[in-house]
Amino acid sequence: MSQPIISTKHLVKVYKMGDFEVHALRGINLDVNSREFVAIMGASGSGKSTFMNIVGCLDTPTSGEYFLDGVEVAKMDRDELARLRNLKLGFVFQAFNLLPRTTAVENVELPLLYSNKLSSLQRREKAMDALNAVGLADRAEHYSSQLSGGQQQRVAIARSLVNDPVVILADEPTGNLDTRTSVEVMEIFQKLNERGITVVLVTHEMDIAQFADRNVVFKDGKINKMVSVEDRKIATEELSKIPVLVDEIEL
Amino acid sequence: MNIINIIKISYRSLGRNKLRSFLTMLGIIIGVAAVIAMLAIGEGASNAVKQQIAGLGTNMLIVFPFASTQGGVHYQAGTTSRLKESDVTAIREQCPAVEYVTPITRVVTQIIAGTENWRTNVFGAYPNYEKIRNWPVSSGSYFTDQDERDAAKVCLVGQTVATNLFGEGSVPLGETIQIRNLPFKIVGVLAPKGQNSNGDDQDDIVIAPFSTVQKKLQGTIYAGAIFASAISSAAVPAAGEEITQLLRDRHQLRPWDPNDFTVRTQTEIASTADATTKTMTLLLASIAGISLIVGGIGIMNIMLVSVTERTREIGIRMAVGARGGDVLTQFLIEALTLSFAGGLMGIVIGVLTSEFVSNLQKWPIIISPESIALAFTFAAIIGIFFGWYPARKAANLNPIEALRYE
Repeated sequence: MSQPIISTKHLVKVYKMGDFEVHALRGINLDVNSREFVAIMGASGSGKSTFMNIVGCLDTPTSGEYFLDGVEVAKMDRDELARLRNLKLGFVFQAFNLLPRTTAVENVELPLLYSNKLSSLQRREKAMDALNAVGLADRAEHYSSQLSGGQQQRVAIARSLVNDPVVILADEPTGNLDTRTSVEVMEIFQKLNERGITVVLVTHEMDIAQFADRNVVFKDGKINKMVSVEDRKIATEELSKIPVLVDEIEL
Repeated sequence: MNIINIIKISYRSLGRNKLRSFLTMLGIIIGVAAVIAMLAIGEGASNAVKQQIAGLGTNMLIVFPFASTQGGVHYQAGTTSRLKESDVTAIREQCPAVEYVTPITRVVTQIIAGTENWRTNVFGAYPNYEKIRNWPVSSGSYFTDQDERDAAKVCLVGQTVATNLFGEGSVPLGETIQIRNLPFKIVGVLAPKGQNSNGDDQDDIVIAPFSTVQKKLQGTIYAGAIFASAISSAAVPAAGEEITQLLRDRHQLRPWDPNDFTVRTQTEIASTADATTKTMTLLLASIAGISLIVGGIGIMNIMLVSVTERTREIGIRMAVGARGGDVLTQFLIEALTLSFAGGLMGIVIGVLTSEFVSNLQKWPIIISPESIALAFTFAAIIGIFFGWYPARKAANLNPIEALRYE
């Protein structure tokens, strides 16, 4: 497939704050190809979150074009955007954002409840498959509060891939996690990427960005730098270098 | 949008927050229970009053002699007409809307039994007085038509008279009392009737055959009044018309002469009392209605707080593809479920409370299906009405801000 999954042209976003305007994005041209693993980097205020919100169909640009999987998104209304998020996108957030007092498998099922295609049995099956993919099938009936941070993030990843999205968008997914758990999460992303899922990741950590194919650096609402990662890190290898400190001490 | 899924989502959400759900319902539970209990008690009271009025004889008409006084002066002074027993016979024979009719005469006198004496009203009436006043005996029986024809010295005594002459709880059947030195045999004791609307003790009475009182105690050919009963409460006005027309003819009044008698009915008393109890029921119902509205506002408060508290949850749902309509529906279903469940519990508690009050106060209650339907419908409407605003608010949240909400 030569057509890019994500394609933005002259993407501009202006927030009106009373009398003066904030130019969050000043013309972003970015294509993300199918099966790519892209890390978007930049300081806070560089516009990377705004960009992710637009790419994630949570927000619409002030001007410019945005094609998601060949569909023009920029002019869609709220309901059309919601439908697109449901069918084509998966989200992973820094704060995990699982529903409280809800079991892991119910959390993973959530996107399917809004798509109306499957029976409850099929839903449960798909959710279990997704949990399996992140290695948490044995925690399916645990409540989100009973899971560790890393486990919660893996449930969130399972939720993001349960509806077979064309792209998974991860906004600082390792921001709330320790080093080892971060690498574990990146290992999952890399595995999913190998299975053919496109991943777009926002991070400000250099070493996390090194797990991606390509790094895009934002600055002041523009793309400052775009580099292919030369010496890409493989999470499985990195994991073996990090000692399992906590486990050793406790055992 | 799959409504079944949304319903599932709503129920899961309610189930996960049992305390919050229960507190939200509490307002509706109390409101509905209050409406049902108050309406049941109100209608019960209203019914009790109606029965008391029916006890007076709602179909009853009373004919008094003399025209209504005009400026305090009797019309046609010196030619005042009196009601005679022949008038009664004519009414019985010629007025189809009249079922029973009796002349009434009254003597206030001292009565003696052994060493006791008592001052009371001695009424003379036909035995059909029982039917007209709807006033049975508690023991013994009424005197008969034969007694009436024979002017027999028999009588019925009221509870107050029996108590004062023969002691508390006595049943003086077959005893003899002296009325103006004539011995009367007691053939029956009247059922207690209590006070009338003027506060007079209706049980302070002796009733004897009309002929006996008229001839042996009074020595007059006139009746003090005529009591009649219409064939139904609807026929009371017709009966009044017929009696008026007949008596005018019999008393040979010219068209421009005013009546020399007055016909009164119980209907207006009944309707006044009815209006009073209706007002009371309405008052109780409005108090209950206010509590229902307060309950509704409670639902809205909790739903609003819940929207704020669940901002992030709504953000998550929107991020994974919930549309505004889905969120709106979810919150509306939650509100509706709470008000329906609250309504049902309210009905149960309302009915139990009514029964409890009824047992405690010996107050008759009537739980009408209408009041249950009314309370329940009201609860549902309140659920929609007060659920709409918070639901709307949730649906219009911006997903980005909602996700960022702490």
